[in-house]
Amino acid sequence: MSEPIVEIKVCLGTSGSAAGGEEVLRLFKHHVHEQGVEARIGRRCSPSKVGCRGFCSKDVLVDVVLDGSKTTYQLVTPNMVERIVQEHVIEGRPIADWTVRDEYASFHARQHKIVLGPCGEIDPESIDDYIAMRGYRAARKAITQMSPDEVIAEVLRSGLRGRGGSGFSTGEKWRVCRSVPGDTKYAVCNIGEVNRPLAEGNPHAIIEGLLIGGYAIGAGKGFLYIRERYHRSVERLSIALEQAREKGFIGRNIFGSGFDFEIEFSFGTEAFICGEETALMESIEGKRAMPRVRPPFPAYAGLWGKPTVINNAETFSNIPLIVGKGGAWFAGIGTASSKGTKVFTLSGKVRNNGLVEIPMGMPFREIVYGIGGGIEGDKALKAIQVGGPSGGIIPTTMLDMGLDYEHLARVGSIVGSGGMVVFDEDDCIVSVVRFYLEFLQRESCGKCVPCRIGTKRMLELLTKITDGKGEEADLRTLERLSGVMASTSLCGLGRTAPNPFITSFNHFRDEYLAHIRDRKCPAGVCTALITFSVIEEKCKACGLCKRACPAGAVTGAPKQVHVIDPAKCVKCGACYRACRFKAIRKQ
Amino acid sequence: MNEATERVLNRLLDQHRREQGNLIVLLQRIQDTFGHIAEEYVDWFAEKLDIPASRFFGVITFYPKFRTRPVGKNTITVCCGAACHIKGADKLLDAAKEALGLTGDEDTTRDLSFTLQKATCIGACSIAPVVILNKQVHSAMDPVKVTKLVKGYEREEFLGYL
Repeated sequence: MSEPIVEIKVCLGTSGSAAGGEEVLRLFKHHVHEQGVEARIGRRCSPSKVGCRGFCSKDVLVDVVLDGSKTTYQLVTPNMVERIVQEHVIEGRPIADWTVRDEYASFHARQHKIVLGPCGEIDPESIDDYIAMRGYRAARKAITQMSPDEVIAEVLRSGLRGRGGSGFSTGEKWRVCRSVPGDTKYAVCNIGEVNRPLAEGNPHAIIEGLLIGGYAIGAGKGFLYIRERYHRSVERLSIALEQAREKGFIGRNIFGSGFDFEIEFSFGTEAFICGEETALMESIEGKRAMPRVRPPFPAYAGLWGKPTVINNAETFSNIPLIVGKGGAWFAGIGTASSKGTKVFTLSGKVRNNGLVEIPMGMPFREIVYGIGGGIEGDKALKAIQVGGPSGGIIPTTMLDMGLDYEHLARVGSIVGSGGMVVFDEDDCIVSVVRFYLEFLQRESCGKCVPCRIGTKRMLELLTKITDGKGEEADLRTLERLSGVMASTSLCGLGRTAPNPFITSFNHFRDEYLAHIRDRKCPAGVCTALITFSVIEEKCKACGLCKRACPAGAVTGAPKQVHVIDPAKCVKCGACYRACRFKAIRKQ
Repeated sequence: MNEATERVLNRLLDQHRREQGNLIVLLQRIQDTFGHIAEEYVDWFAEKLDIPASRFFGVITFYPKFRTRPVGKNTITVCCGAACHIKGADKLLDAAKEALGLTGDEDTTRDLSFTLQKATCIGACSIAPVVILNKQVHSAMDPVKVTKLVKGYEREEFLGYL
């Protein structure tokens, strides 16, 4: 054994970089190498970059591993680096004031990280790091010791279902594609926005999974379909791909087995519809991304009419683990029919924002209060939106429901690719639903009538309601439209587009009615329905609101109660936020 | 169209034919080279490749990232995904517009120094709301920070020329 080294791990995911991680890493390198720290402590000291570890709201996170004990610092800024190096690395005294708090431990302790496990631990730009944690062993085992059918049997045994949206059995998809005759087949990995941390933290797992998938279905070529705009993900995957190629894991005669497999990038562009697999294929072929009519399913006729399997990056990341540890191991995690774990970006008004991986079936309460640490500012939880824009809205009465495919389907939602947004009492459900519809209407490809016209009409009606012009008949029209769209749209986008409305209308009917009957927005969000005024008894005539108002709508003088002119008010809420005495009324 | 432009287009055409590439890749290259896809470039390629110009425009108008108008030297993108939305992305958009002096549906400053874009979710939800200036992601933004970011960047650029 060589002399133990001191490791300094700096989080450089999208969020770590945004918080200034590059500069922090540069300074660590500077102090360690140029200030001669290694000479002084007599051993090697390696500052390296790692991928996202999920606790993004406290970035930049830095680990210092000294004599086997790990200390994690939070909110590290460049000017903290020198002291950490001096006191901790050289003198061996961790700086307790800067280390992570208890919530870091509770945030992580309740998760079950199998896919995200290596993210934040290994250097994503080093294939040796990945190999050191048994990387590419599963691919070697699959390709040299197992037949494609055996690989598929293992995946079937695991019960893995697609992590991209529909939740179709991965093994079954592969089995069908393998059974279709043909010399040319394709394997495609879709890397969506929630998969970015995987691509940035452990890109080799995606490549290894795709390689195994390609072997199993008998494909000679794989595509990494990713949006160009995800610069860092593209960069990390390119490096990983190049390294895998150099080692001979990708290319001709892999592991001396005679199996050839090439992987290339296909750069998508920002279009939500590309998450739909047939639309994605149209996009790879260079056309407008409009979904195809099915059947034939992609497993029979996909890219350029050839049998094709499409899975997303999270699904593929699970594959090396399933082949390596066995399908039975994987099937031991989760519920009876939803196996394994699911990665989510936990965001919105929850205290601990970040990337989480939970075993299927975990109750929402545990996710929001256990992992998420509750609601920011101790406000009241209102609802949870899960599954992306076309997912459903889960009310607080369902907090004890487990998160898995069956439960979510039962309440009209989907697991989706893994977005979870938490709303508090300050969020207006109607306005949120309108926001989702606005997005879906813009992203509707326009091929089929129910989706093209349905999303447009739904958006118009919801806008009418948030503008304070709604009628009760509009709600019935919305319900009817929802039903038609869900049952007649060509693809998943149109079929799930009414989900936010349907699920929220069931549980927040009163809020919709308040907008229509009382012309009030209970949460105080819809600008057409709120007014700002000064509560005379509370006004201290300090003038803060007057200075904050961008429209010059506040008048007043020292020692004189201020007044807001409703005709000039633009309802931006600046006065409301500026007032220290809660003397501005919003209603 | 001047000779230099035509030379560049010819090079793109050769590459496209050699690789038997598809329309999206070709359009991406045109945009990477010129910053936008002018109508005359499309007409030129349509003739050379014997593909109707309408098919090009079909692809161009389908994907929001393709643009037919010139792009600014710097790009500022406001993420308008759900997580950013409930944390006030539209206010960031207004602040950026005001700081850049854009009105109506203008997305680029007259001097072509800035282009303002909206993004759907970029997957950085846990640090919402985010703004991307060129390739750098800025987290937990508010209108004041956006204004500073834009103004500060303008000043730095200016200092760069001194």
